[in-house]
Amino acid sequence: MTDPAITPELVAKHGLTPEEFSRIKEILGRDPNFTELGIFSVMWSEHCSYKNSRLELRKFPTTGPSVVVKAGEENAGVIDIGDGWGIAFKMESHNHPSAVEPFQGAATGVGGILRDIFTMGARPVFLMNSLRFGDIRPNKPNAATNRRLLSGVVAGIAHYGNCIGVPTVGGEIYFDASYDGNPLVNVFCLGTLRIKDIRRGAATGVGNPVFYVGNRTGRDGLAGAAFASRDLTEASKEDRPAVQVGDPFIEKLLLEACLELFEHPEAVVGVQDMGAAGLTCSTCETASRGNSGIEIDLALVPQREPGMTPYETMLSESQERMLIIVRQGHEKTVLDIFEKWDIPCAEIGRVTDDGLMRVKNHGVTVAEIPAKKLADEAPLYKRDARRPADLDARQKLDLANVPEPAPLDLQLMLEKLMAAPDLASKRWVYRQYDHMVRVGTITAPGSDAAVVRVPTGDKSWKYLAASVDCNAHYVALEPRLGALIAVAECARNLAMTGAEPLALTDNLNFGNPHNPENFYQLQQAVDGLAEGCRAWNIPVTGGNVSLYNQSPAGAIDPTPTVGIVGIIRDPAHITPSHFQNEGDAIVLIGNLGDELGASLYLREVHSLKRGRPPELDIEREKKMHEAVRAAIRAGHVRSAHDLAEGGLLVSLAECATGGAKRLGAHVHLEKNSSRLDALLFGESQSRALLSVRPENLDALLALFKSHGVPAQRIGAVGGSKLIVDVKSGSNAHTTLNWDVSALYQAWNGALDSYLE
Amino acid sequence: MIRAQVIVRPRKSIFDPQGDAVCRAIQHLGVASLKQAHVGKCIELELEGDDVEKARAQLDTICKDLLSNPVIEDYVLTLSTPAHGK
Amino acid sequence: MRWAVIQFPASNCDQDALHVLKEVLGQDADYVWHKETSLDGVDAVLLPGGFSYGDYLRCGAIARFSPIMPAVKVAAAAGKTVLGICNGFQILCESGLLPGVLVRNASLHFRCETLPVKVENATTRFTGEYKTGQVLRLPIAHGEGHYVADDATLDSLFANKQVLFTYCNADGKNTPESNPNGSQRHIAGICNRAGNVLGLMPHPERAAEKILGSDDGLGLFTSILRSQKA
Repeated sequence: MTDPAITPELVAKHGLTPEEFSRIKEILGRDPNFTELGIFSVMWSEHCSYKNSRLELRKFPTTGPSVVVKAGEENAGVIDIGDGWGIAFKMESHNHPSAVEPFQGAATGVGGILRDIFTMGARPVFLMNSLRFGDIRPNKPNAATNRRLLSGVVAGIAHYGNCIGVPTVGGEIYFDASYDGNPLVNVFCLGTLRIKDIRRGAATGVGNPVFYVGNRTGRDGLAGAAFASRDLTEASKEDRPAVQVGDPFIEKLLLEACLELFEHPEAVVGVQDMGAAGLTCSTCETASRGNSGIEIDLALVPQREPGMTPYETMLSESQERMLIIVRQGHEKTVLDIFEKWDIPCAEIGRVTDDGLMRVKNHGVTVAEIPAKKLADEAPLYKRDARRPADLDARQKLDLANVPEPAPLDLQLMLEKLMAAPDLASKRWVYRQYDHMVRVGTITAPGSDAAVVRVPTGDKSWKYLAASVDCNAHYVALEPRLGALIAVAECARNLAMTGAEPLALTDNLNFGNPHNPENFYQLQQAVDGLAEGCRAWNIPVTGGNVSLYNQSPAGAIDPTPTVGIVGIIRDPAHITPSHFQNEGDAIVLIGNLGDELGASLYLREVHSLKRGRPPELDIEREKKMHEAVRAAIRAGHVRSAHDLAEGGLLVSLAECATGGAKRLGAHVHLEKNSSRLDALLFGESQSRALLSVRPENLDALLALFKSHGVPAQRIGAVGGSKLIVDVKSGSNAHTTLNWDVSALYQAWNGALDSYLE
Repeated sequence: MIRAQVIVRPRKSIFDPQGDAVCRAIQHLGVASLKQAHVGKCIELELEGDDVEKARAQLDTICKDLLSNPVIEDYVLTLSTPAHGK
Repeated sequence: MRWAVIQFPASNCDQDALHVLKEVLGQDADYVWHKETSLDGVDAVLLPGGFSYGDYLRCGAIARFSPIMPAVKVAAAAGKTVLGICNGFQILCESGLLPGVLVRNASLHFRCETLPVKVENATTRFTGEYKTGQVLRLPIAHGEGHYVADDATLDSLFANKQVLFTYCNADGKNTPESNPNGSQRHIAGICNRAGNVLGLMPHPERAAEKILGSDDGLGLFTSILRSQKA
């Protein structure tokens, strides 16, 4: 079987430009062969090299006193959380595979992010996810497809996460037509480890053996490969699986075996998981980090299919595989452990000192490439950016054209809004996730942020809070501000539970970067995220970029998802989100707002995606978080829930319906602007609803005053109804009321009704 | 009456984790010569009438749309009429 | 009491079980790897939850052939305490230590939530700390928790008071709505005739500390400890 000739067409089919091909020739000092071309094409793909986004990502702050492993150094960043312990966490996407095969696409996404964490030596302790689909309601276009995608993705995440025994404790799910055909599946994982036990992925020590452990290699992921090494007939198409199938069973074994191996630090020099472009990526990256070379023989690689070519073996994306650099003389330790766990394990090569990644097949060299240049010197591009032509128009919102609903309509509207997929209870989803395994989950899903206790040896625990957030509608209407608000909102969610933010991971989901308007959004979003990180003094520990989320109909809404992890120093300060007791006072933190731009209300009720997102005053927002945490520490707060989509009225309804006890409320408001709907549904920032024991109310109000944060008592928890009394002018009143149980039925039953 | 049997199998070269696990288990139970195992499903259907070709056409669609996931599975559809013997 | 927590490949609630036994209850407890063959000196055996062998073929179908299982059977025959939680229950059924089988939830979905479970018989070594009819709040997390057995077996289980736990509503009534997986006769947990082997789908180890929401599961463990002392 001879390799095809390297023609310009073949190069183009591999996604390489003529300039990139010239660079390859420069690096090698000759033409690449077919296998080498394949290797460069994957390492220099956007997915692996971030060539279109790396320049932008350099804007992120990545350092800080608590940063032990920086973004980009290893597979995941590590943050010190005290007492010799650290957390490794990251978020990654698996968008395109999930569009093809939602179950396996999502499942393998979970598998991939788990490996990124335990390859650092950390035990994964919880998962979260951020999902986006097109609308699933019966009358919406593509609803059936979107329902199939949602069901498949959720089942896939459940299948993999539940089997491996890592709880999925939180997340977000949003729906918008811009995601039709382009679902977003962003998966977050956090693991814990002792700082002294961090494992890195460098190949050092000439002569050290290189081990392959995990599932055998097949032709997974090669259907997308540019060219077959033999003619593609109907029969051979069969051989090219379009999708990778995940095996959580073997990943669980792999996880335990690796963690057991890491208890023998003398045996392990370096470890790297095989993710995208498996063998290729792991070998050249470890060699590059180690400033060394690496040589492997593919004949020694455990293979699932007969007759695989070097091209296929190097580009395969078979799952659940790791590369381990072992210290010479300690091979038996490795073999014994992997035999105990019944996992394929093979010595496939060694570390060299010539800086080359050398691939042999049965002793014959089939590829030889300078490792550093391959891993670290992918081309970097500065794409053109242009403000979207229609952005100014979309930002204009003339409320005179938005009819004000009558009070009776407002009455009916709340139930309808609570049943909108964006707001509806996600219980249909999270009931499929084991969110309790590892006996660490303190707050059930549905809370502002997940709170999980993690063991730190000797019967002691630390309490972590985490949330993933992005209001993509804000980003679509003002990219920089929208991204900044994503950081603010995520930090706000953490503050509601009593947590201080520590660090951030991001998943940037955008359309085709060659389109200057898309690139503008990415550039602006990165600016906004960077500003948010500096404002809250939290470093970015790592993340993921997913581009080309695009269909003929257009790009997805720009979606820079952020995940922030925080810490709660004292478990007594862990604060729930929903009303807890009859008689508690309800306190509104922040001002009565009236900004309807980019709001859920405009979208759902008036079918308008326009207006500027609400203003964000960073100092005001930060002070609010500090004040809430101070109030929590002082013991004054029974529950805290921030205001976000749907504004004040929706937040009130969520407090009433979301807890274990469904509790009504009677609330008095004074209309500050001309429109009732703006008061109730406006999404002005930096606001929250607290419930407080009556005897603590005065102290709480005084505390907020001393922090310079507006706070006012607006009512009390109690009864079976949610009653909102709005005073406008000196005498006019509008009273709206809802049965809490009716609101609960609408909210709780919505997803079931769309999906079952 | 028409009987139909659908065998759904993982597509050739798609990774079959269940098959792998079953293969190892069987090997551990003493069948050392076992090289491979694949796990699929068998679906049995009964239809009224005797127009086998019409049934085949209908069921082919059902097999593609419902009973198998063509991205990762193949199927084999066999029809018979008891009146014609087995 | 000396406890053995069996680890099958891809058991994943083993750490939780060990945590409750050692750290909450101060017991002498250790893991026993499935490839070992002896349980000498062990007073109680716990088969934890998880997805042993990925739940491939049928839940527990492959685990029942693990080298440790003959020793588990010997311990059961000798009257030692054997506790199977979730996947552990499935393994006990596949290996014949308990009658019946657990199949796919009627809803076809995995379900994870905390719900009311009734204590049907408080006279056993597993339930002595509870009262008959007591409603506990226990977490479930399973995709195959639907208990099935033929009518003769079911009748016999109830007649011999081997049904220890059933799914119920907050008032203690067994209704279709309060049954999360379609289990026949709402069965959530059963013991063998001799009363020393218990299999249950709910996770008592996840309800052994108040900070996690409910400590109703602690009674199951303390019942075992009390019965050992007696």
